[in-house]
Amino acid sequence: MGLPQGGGTYARGRIVSGGPIEVVERDFGELALNMGPQHPSTHGVLRLILHLSGETVIKAIPVIGYLHRGVEKLSEHLAYDQLAPIYERDDYLAPTANSNAYVLAVEKLGGIAVPRRAQWLRAFVSEWQRVSSHLVWLGTLGLDLGGALGGGTTLYMYCFREREKILDFLEELTGTRYHTNFNLVGGARYDLDAAMVAKSNALAASVEAALPEFWSMSGGNPIFVERTRNVGVISKDLAMGVGITGPTLRASGIAYDVRTAAPYDAYGELPFTVITRTAGDAESRFQVRMDEIAVSLKLVRTIVEGLPTGPIFTRKPLKNPKATKLPKGEAYAAVESPRGELGFHIVSDGSAKPYRLKINAPSFKNLQIVPHILPGGLVADVVAILGSLDPVLGDVDR
Amino acid sequence: MPAPEIVASLETRFSATPYALGVEIPAVSLLTAVRALRDAHGYRYYVLGTGTEGATSFEVTHAVRNLLSNDTLFVKVVVPKDAPEIDSIAFVYAGAEWQEREIWDLFGVTFNGHPDLRRILMPDEYPGHPLRKSFAMETPWGYRKAEAPTPEAGS
Repeated sequence: MGLPQGGGTYARGRIVSGGPIEVVERDFGELALNMGPQHPSTHGVLRLILHLSGETVIKAIPVIGYLHRGVEKLSEHLAYDQLAPIYERDDYLAPTANSNAYVLAVEKLGGIAVPRRAQWLRAFVSEWQRVSSHLVWLGTLGLDLGGALGGGTTLYMYCFREREKILDFLEELTGTRYHTNFNLVGGARYDLDAAMVAKSNALAASVEAALPEFWSMSGGNPIFVERTRNVGVISKDLAMGVGITGPTLRASGIAYDVRTAAPYDAYGELPFTVITRTAGDAESRFQVRMDEIAVSLKLVRTIVEGLPTGPIFTRKPLKNPKATKLPKGEAYAAVESPRGELGFHIVSDGSAKPYRLKINAPSFKNLQIVPHILPGGLVADVVAILGSLDPVLGDVDR
Repeated sequence: MPAPEIVASLETRFSATPYALGVEIPAVSLLTAVRALRDAHGYRYYVLGTGTEGATSFEVTHAVRNLLSNDTLFVKVVVPKDAPEIDSIAFVYAGAEWQEREIWDLFGVTFNGHPDLRRILMPDEYPGHPLRKSFAMETPWGYRKAEAPTPEAGS
């Protein structure tokens, strides 16, 4: 990219004989900088067009859609029992949250009963995936903030070490490290036994022991605090109007969590605290997620202690997946994914396929705040703010 | 379930028709109705916007939420297929901006007064609106294949 007409893009020092160094600030007009879609700190294929004046952002235009796979169109061509695994590919850091929201919407529309044990198991896997998703977020935030954190890679490696253990645990439970395919319409696919319960408790203790270490490398690091405090502040009014959700919303002082506001699965019976902060800056969003890791680790312990006995799937086994027909109507069901309210709005015409299915994706809504909060900040703040929003582009583009 | 007194008030003021998730509102009173919902009834949080294709019309649905009473209300508007146009509510709820762009992109419903009505998920030059029922799954992409540079051009 060539320099704008009329000189360089930086302030020049000029020595005037005998006197001190005189710094001449010059206005070089507006520079449009393209960031992404292939950029390590955009967490996937997000593209930002930044209009800069010097190093200050004056306008930011996000461009999305690079990962659009037409999942909503595909939904209209598959039967209800075939669809749950497809949505696990949307938000690929917390796959079961997607299929959980989907099966809840189908169960709501069809009046399908779910055994109590299956509800608890769904919450169990969701909480483990919340921890693993937040660990990826923390590690990549460390990479984004780079040099402040010992090259950034240290925190990243430490987070991925713990996350690897969680993925190994999920592999032992479900046969898959990642897209666990855990949720079925009307129940769960895999069950916990006593050995797995012991392993879950040991794993929770191991991740819990690593948390102070993570804190000291991130929140306890003065440079980290300097880069995130008062950066990307989201006010309550803006948060509500744009409809941001999840930890991003709770960091702005609004204690809305789908798990308590509209309890699903086992969450109506599980006691836990909703973490909030009031400052609404990148540091608060960081603190909310860090505290949520601890809350989720407590929750998985509570769940295995109180796990009810009984079957995990009570529907009649299906000979043909296309046999499930839902009554005519509309339903909306949502879960609290690691990124916020993840909802499915299904319109049924009484056939075996959804007539129209809308995925209310949390990353899509959270990313919408970007043009509102980037202007006024520096280019270096852009990566800190994006990291603190935790967008997953598979979830944004669907 | 939406609060009955809000639904009743919308019924009398805007001749809305209640349904399972909320109300269906005549297109002319959409803007006044969502303003009343936000300012008078406390529905300040924007949840989602979605479109559905019917036989002769499109349905555009916005969902808004009152965080204090924890009540979510769906507001549905019917848009005729031969003139798919509706008022934008992006100046009432900032969150509607992208959701309306998505509905324009995937269904081809125009939002009057929208600040920046461009495609959002599909490429800018994409022909057609993929979520319409007339758009077949097998519709080819319609892209030119990038031409491999010849050795002469590369040197």
